[in-house]
Amino acid sequence: MADTSAPALRASTGPALPVIGKSDTKPTWCPGCGDFSVLAAVEMALKRLRIPSHNVAVVSGIGCSSNLPHFLSSYGFHAIHGRALPVAEGIRWANHGLTVIATGGDGDGFGIGAGHFVHTMRRNVDLTYVTMDNQIYGLTTGQASPTSMMGQRTKSTPNGVIEAPVDPIALALASGATYVARGFSGDVKHLADLVANGIQHRGFSFVDVFSPCVTYNKLNTFDFFRQRVYKLENAGHDPTNLGLAFQRAIEWGDKIPIGLFYTVDRPTYEDLEEVLSAGPLAQQPAGLAGRSTLLDEFA
Amino acid sequence: MSDIIVRTGGEAGDGIASLGETVARCFARMGLHVFGLNAYQSVIRGGHVWFQARASAVRPYSQGDGADVLYCLNRETFEIHRVDLRPGATIIYDPEKFAIAPGDVPTGARLLPVPTLAIARKYTSQAILQNAPGLGAMAYLAGIPLPILQGALSDSFGRKAGDVVTWNLGASADGYEFARQHSGANDRAVSPRGEGKLLLTGNQAIALGAAAGGVKFLAQYPMTPASGIMHWMAAHSRDLGIVVKQAEDELAAINMAVGASFGGVRAMTATSGGGFSLMVEALGMAGMTETPVVVVESQRAGPSTGLPTKTEQGDLRLMIGAGQGEFPRAILAPSHPKEAYQAAIDAFRLSEEWQTPILLASDLHLSENYATVDRDEIALNVPIAPIATASAPATGEYLRYAYTPSGVSPRSVPGQPGLQFVAGSDEHDAKGHLISDVKAGVPIWVAERAKMMDKRMRKLEGLRAAAPPPLLEGPAGADLTFVAWGSTVGAIRDAMPILAAQGISTNLLFVRTVYPLRSDIVRSALEGARATLLVEANYSGQLGQLIRQETGLLLPHRLLKYDGEPFYPHEIVAKAREVTGHGGH
Repeated sequence: MADTSAPALRASTGPALPVIGKSDTKPTWCPGCGDFSVLAAVEMALKRLRIPSHNVAVVSGIGCSSNLPHFLSSYGFHAIHGRALPVAEGIRWANHGLTVIATGGDGDGFGIGAGHFVHTMRRNVDLTYVTMDNQIYGLTTGQASPTSMMGQRTKSTPNGVIEAPVDPIALALASGATYVARGFSGDVKHLADLVANGIQHRGFSFVDVFSPCVTYNKLNTFDFFRQRVYKLENAGHDPTNLGLAFQRAIEWGDKIPIGLFYTVDRPTYEDLEEVLSAGPLAQQPAGLAGRSTLLDEFA
Repeated sequence: MSDIIVRTGGEAGDGIASLGETVARCFARMGLHVFGLNAYQSVIRGGHVWFQARASAVRPYSQGDGADVLYCLNRETFEIHRVDLRPGATIIYDPEKFAIAPGDVPTGARLLPVPTLAIARKYTSQAILQNAPGLGAMAYLAGIPLPILQGALSDSFGRKAGDVVTWNLGASADGYEFARQHSGANDRAVSPRGEGKLLLTGNQAIALGAAAGGVKFLAQYPMTPASGIMHWMAAHSRDLGIVVKQAEDELAAINMAVGASFGGVRAMTATSGGGFSLMVEALGMAGMTETPVVVVESQRAGPSTGLPTKTEQGDLRLMIGAGQGEFPRAILAPSHPKEAYQAAIDAFRLSEEWQTPILLASDLHLSENYATVDRDEIALNVPIAPIATASAPATGEYLRYAYTPSGVSPRSVPGQPGLQFVAGSDEHDAKGHLISDVKAGVPIWVAERAKMMDKRMRKLEGLRAAAPPPLLEGPAGADLTFVAWGSTVGAIRDAMPILAAQGISTNLLFVRTVYPLRSDIVRSALEGARATLLVEANYSGQLGQLIRQETGLLLPHRLLKYDGEPFYPHEIVAKAREVTGHGGH
């Protein structure tokens, strides 16, 4: 029996419907937080693509940055710590007419949620994952994160971090992500381009954002990045070359690249899941009425 | 009950399960009701495995006691099972494999040596035919007509054709004929009666019921004894239009299911206790965000990895308490595939109606064993209500978590214009706005928090009334009232007529929804009972503890089993006799 109230396909919606904007909830981030720029960039990207707000689902886990869905006028799911990606995948498979964006922090995505990060990428699920990477746990008041640099002193590492940081870009390349980029909260326009291109990319798009925590990370500050970042597109980087992408990914020092590391066309999970070829799952009939021959296998 | 029990055993890898399933299938096609027990270990080869098929015109609810036909593929099977035969039993074996000394034959049993290997060699030198002659002999002794056996055997090879099928048909017919010439049929041999029945496992029934109830998305991680649900659903995924996702772990599985439900489809996951332990946090998220989801928890013997291939009902407290804080849920506990089918339908209906997680409690004994149903007991035409219940408000803004008398608020799904909301795992107000950070502790929001808790928890009372109530089966005013949930009910149902024949009348309080408990019904049933006997497959009598908590009633007599094995009717009978003062028979 068809569910008549099932949502419409993205393609069938007209520009007359309201595109995304800010919600009536004001962000609760600290003044100067890098996450304001990420919110602005996501909003700019969706506006530029004219995707109606009711056809967007923004999903997050837990952490300062994971409050982001509340500040947009789209549908949102503010899930539990580390689980934004599986929730986002479920939404996407239930209705692949939707634009699904997952957001969160470095602890959420590369610590407690690292397993999902790897598997979502190898599936090439068509969603966009924007991480606000501040290399610290902010909401829990300043402990080391999976991307904290060796030696960094935090509340949980008073003598300095003694484990190597996760490299999200290299991990994404190794895991089969088909759009891998890095942005910086100090350059919103550039970041919005990366997010918009990621949303338009067919397949899993990953945008890791240097989004400094102005309260708890006194090492990886806006100035730290302003002095170091350079744009791959200005350096002659070929984003279709996986080997070169790996080389750029491991650059960390006086020069740190931002921009598009790698992109490739590969069938998405939704392309290969045959059930979805009949249209969004939410619009397909459900139940077994009239399917009595199904019982023959038990006879 | 006039029944026959056929048992066969050997090593893992011998093909015992398919041998047993073929016998069970034959009985079902003869129009008999069947219970099929598949006993195995957590190894792929070696160890001892056995299958028991019990058939009767009256539906058996358990594997029964003893065996009438025992086919031993190895000596170990004979050593283990010779002490568990009924009078007049026949033991099939091949003397070329091992010898049985006359003194070892149990009193009242007889031997039927069948040259299975020699028969097989007539067809091929490959060691793939040894089971077929023994299968033929078993079928003859049990009263299965040869054409029914051959039909079931052919079907078991599916679309495969060629020599292997031909050889199997020939060798099984030879074994059948050998038994006819060298033995009479068993005294309990059955004959065909009427239309064939459907034979299915509890897992298949759950998967089928979920499909009938409208599921469109299943995410699952492999774990015995729940994997069969994923196997059936995956095999039917394309045909039925159900997306089946093997997730990277149980954390992902339930979060995907909750996401898919939020996205607008009925969604489920299934696991056993270990995987369910990983799902606990997301279960609470479904409760907090009021997102429907169905979780099948097929229990096995714990704690920890426990006994992966053995049964238990040790997770009731876990299911009731899973998740920090308090949120509404219901736990359905069917006992038989017929009920499991309906329970899956009920689980989806309740989950959608009350926008909260529903647990379907199974266990290895229900999930993996076989039973029969009549075709008309499986009603496929189930009404599927629309998922989105909200429409754009004429005035004011849409409130996803609006306060209502029932606690259920109109629900929108992504894609509906003007009805956007954020589902938050943090505490929130009627709009969905968080009240967990800057508002927490501010007096008006303190009151809001309590109001939102009250709203959600009102749904628990709604569920209490809407979920299947406890059933009192059997005569009123009985000498003894059994109290049970889940698959344990089967052996009790089979023990009741045995006790009745011995002059002891019993009835059964079957708690079909263990949580929330209908304490009114339970209390009146138990206060009116002359004596009670709690029967559970766990160490501490967890349903008994729940009943004590909810009604204040103590059930003094308990039959608890936690050795990994299912209950047998004779164990129930012995304990019931003891409790009613008929002990020492």
